[in-house]
Amino acid sequence: MTMHPILAALRKHKAGVVLISLQIALTLAIVCNAVFIIGQRIERVNRPTGLDENNLFLISQQWVGAPGGDDPAGVEKLDVMQREDLAALRNLPDVASVAPSNSIPLLNSSWTGSVSIKPGQQLGDKSGTRTAYYFTDDQVFPALGLRLVAGRAFTAADVQHQGARDQRDRPVIIVTKALADKLFPQGSAVGKVIYSDGSSSPSTIIGVVERMQIPASGSWGNDFTWYSTLVPTRLDSNFARYVVRAKPGRLDAAMRAVPATLYGVNPMRVLDDDSVKSFADIRASAYRADVGMAILMGVVCLILLCVTAAGIVGLTSFWVGQRHRQIGVRRALGARKIDILHYFQIENLLIAGVGVVLGVLLAVGLNIWLMTHYEMTRIPALYVLTGVLAMLAIGQAAVFVPARRASNVPPVVATRAV
Amino acid sequence: MFTYYLELALRSLKRSPGLTALMVLTIAFGVAASMTTYSVFRAVSGDPIPWKSSKLFVPQIDMWGPNGRGSDGEPPDAMDYNDAVTLMRDHRARLQSAMYQISPSIVPADASKHPINVSGHAVYSEFFPMLDVPFLYGSGWSTDDDTQRAAVVVISSKLNQKLFGGSNSVGKTVNVEGKDYRVVGVLNDWNPQPRFFDVVNSGGFSTGVEDVFLPFQRAISVGIPNDGNTNCNAVPTESGFVGLQHSACVWIAYMAELDDAAAVIAYKQYLDGYAHDAQQSGRFGWAPNNRLRDLPAWLDNQHVVPSDTKVSLLVALGLLLACLVNTAGLLLAKFLRRSSEIGVRRALGAPRMAIYAQFLVEAGMIGLAGGVLGLLLTGVGVASVGWVLPKDIAALARVDISLLLITLLVAVIATTLAGLYPTFRASRVQPAWQLKSN
Repeated sequence: MTMHPILAALRKHKAGVVLISLQIALTLAIVCNAVFIIGQRIERVNRPTGLDENNLFLISQQWVGAPGGDDPAGVEKLDVMQREDLAALRNLPDVASVAPSNSIPLLNSSWTGSVSIKPGQQLGDKSGTRTAYYFTDDQVFPALGLRLVAGRAFTAADVQHQGARDQRDRPVIIVTKALADKLFPQGSAVGKVIYSDGSSSPSTIIGVVERMQIPASGSWGNDFTWYSTLVPTRLDSNFARYVVRAKPGRLDAAMRAVPATLYGVNPMRVLDDDSVKSFADIRASAYRADVGMAILMGVVCLILLCVTAAGIVGLTSFWVGQRHRQIGVRRALGARKIDILHYFQIENLLIAGVGVVLGVLLAVGLNIWLMTHYEMTRIPALYVLTGVLAMLAIGQAAVFVPARRASNVPPVVATRAV
Repeated sequence: MFTYYLELALRSLKRSPGLTALMVLTIAFGVAASMTTYSVFRAVSGDPIPWKSSKLFVPQIDMWGPNGRGSDGEPPDAMDYNDAVTLMRDHRARLQSAMYQISPSIVPADASKHPINVSGHAVYSEFFPMLDVPFLYGSGWSTDDDTQRAAVVVISSKLNQKLFGGSNSVGKTVNVEGKDYRVVGVLNDWNPQPRFFDVVNSGGFSTGVEDVFLPFQRAISVGIPNDGNTNCNAVPTESGFVGLQHSACVWIAYMAELDDAAAVIAYKQYLDGYAHDAQQSGRFGWAPNNRLRDLPAWLDNQHVVPSDTKVSLLVALGLLLACLVNTAGLLLAKFLRRSSEIGVRRALGAPRMAIYAQFLVEAGMIGLAGGVLGLLLTGVGVASVGWVLPKDIAALARVDISLLLITLLVAVIATTLAGLYPTFRASRVQPAWQLKSN
């Protein structure tokens, strides 16, 4: 079939053609970017933290009337209280292991600083590498289910304690593989020395964990998401967090047993609804905004695609009705049903073709605009290409029903008056 | 004539129910998606204190110098203890307050109840009049209480309900962090969103309630530590909360009320003079780099409106645009199909304006129907944002009269706009040509 009659007919409906291509272009531009946003969010939400997240929960609690952590006697008293809590929790029948920790991945409460291979680097200097610290003890590996890939884990002899706002040397630390590779690109980091927060006293890396996310899940942590540092030190203040691994399948039982146990050790403390939280809950609240955004974008895409498909059906139906007689004439002159069907299909392909070309430009434009104003990255060509193919397919699917109705117009229509 | 056009429109719409339904649904979905995201956007971008926001200012002092600045050259967004207290002592604004976030525990008088944890702020007495904080009972404390570090407390109505059953508790005692405080005031419901007086720590929005307010110097002297963010450019040389107070770490929010342009200029000069003196004395090794933003500019600078909210609104508006283009296409097809009818009307003497009126009424009716359906869908949408958005933000989105009106207006106006070109084309129909061709 030659294109000429189709093009000639389209010229008669310039405005309609322009509108429908414009709509296809808009749809393509919005859907591409929305699907790209969805893809990014899903990728973020699905990245593993490096922990064994099952059977894991966190206790955040605060003592009342406890000594301040500013004087050595108070620190010692607080440390005794913390060790009493840890011992009581470790004795629970449903608990496998417990470690104190100032935070946990995705909790969005972090202690960050910078580490450097040179001593005395000021924090303001950009030469250091940002990191998030986890202050914990020797039980952190079984409690969090971290995987050691080099060196050794902490032993009880490594563990110190300090007031939460005190500054103390950190003779041994463990870092993530990502941080180790950043600091020591050539060769193993185990046994090497680094300096934290501009200190001039060295910290020896004794082990490397495969992966451990920082507590910050927001975009401000994007630069150092995998740069965690573990310090074998209990922090003593009127506030303490414990990470607890329950025995397999005993998570609920272990979580239920916590308040009574801790009140039993010392009733003068605050434990509220949020004090005992499963890791699944922590994960869900950290990524709630991302999941929400993905759902919202999904709903918008769905509506948009339905509207566009319905619009194509509606407009083509009208054109079919309008050209009822002409179709009859063509049929009477020998055109087969399949010719009529193809006519409308090709017509749609042409219109959609113009639409997607315009749409690709719009999609890239929108992406660039989003990149300059918001945190977006460049949209991969694959997304746009898939969008183009999907748009063309939707156009063909939408045009099929009215086109088939057109192909069923009997030739005898040609002889009738309107 | 209008009723006649209404009747004509109704008849025309009934003639093709499928197409009419399609257009109404398109408008309804487009409007509902935009209005739902708009309700969220409106909630988070609203002015928390519209009658006064242009008089409230947040000073920033560049005490860290070039190394501590962000990539945009901005000084720290909070203050260290030394600067905050000096600014309070100099007292150059009409009203001002330094403040820091606290999270003390409260021991109920009833010994059988467990202690509870509350959040709040340590503030100066001028905090309450400056922010027009509403009181249910009593009032804020006096300037004397500030200087004497009095053991007084202002509590929220929620905490008052919990501790005193909602009765007037002014003069009664609350145990905060193991020490007794006299209640001087109980707030009426006060939950400004965003938490404009301390956006650095609240991140803007908060589901919690500010339950206690203590005098700033009192909280410092009894060592109630800050519960908010602490940012340091160097490790404090001394330990503990006292060490933090002596350090250059920033953890204190500051707000001042400046009532006119002259006061703003004078305050800016004061800040620059302060930084200049610090440069002279050798404390700062750099030229003054201060900021003095009013509240709206500060909220904007702190990106209080989440970018997700803006992107969602943008995408939803794009959806509405696509829906309108769709409707315009359908209307065009529909109107032009009635060329012969138009031809007859024009031949019988109807002016172009009459054709315009007839078809715009038809478009407006579709818009109205779409708007009504869109209202229902917007209601569903706003009710379900709680499922997908973070709680602190979703809780703010609500349907009210103005949202209902905007929804209807947007639907009708947008559809009428979409109908403009099709109507223009319809009015251009040549009567003679149409009559001949039949």
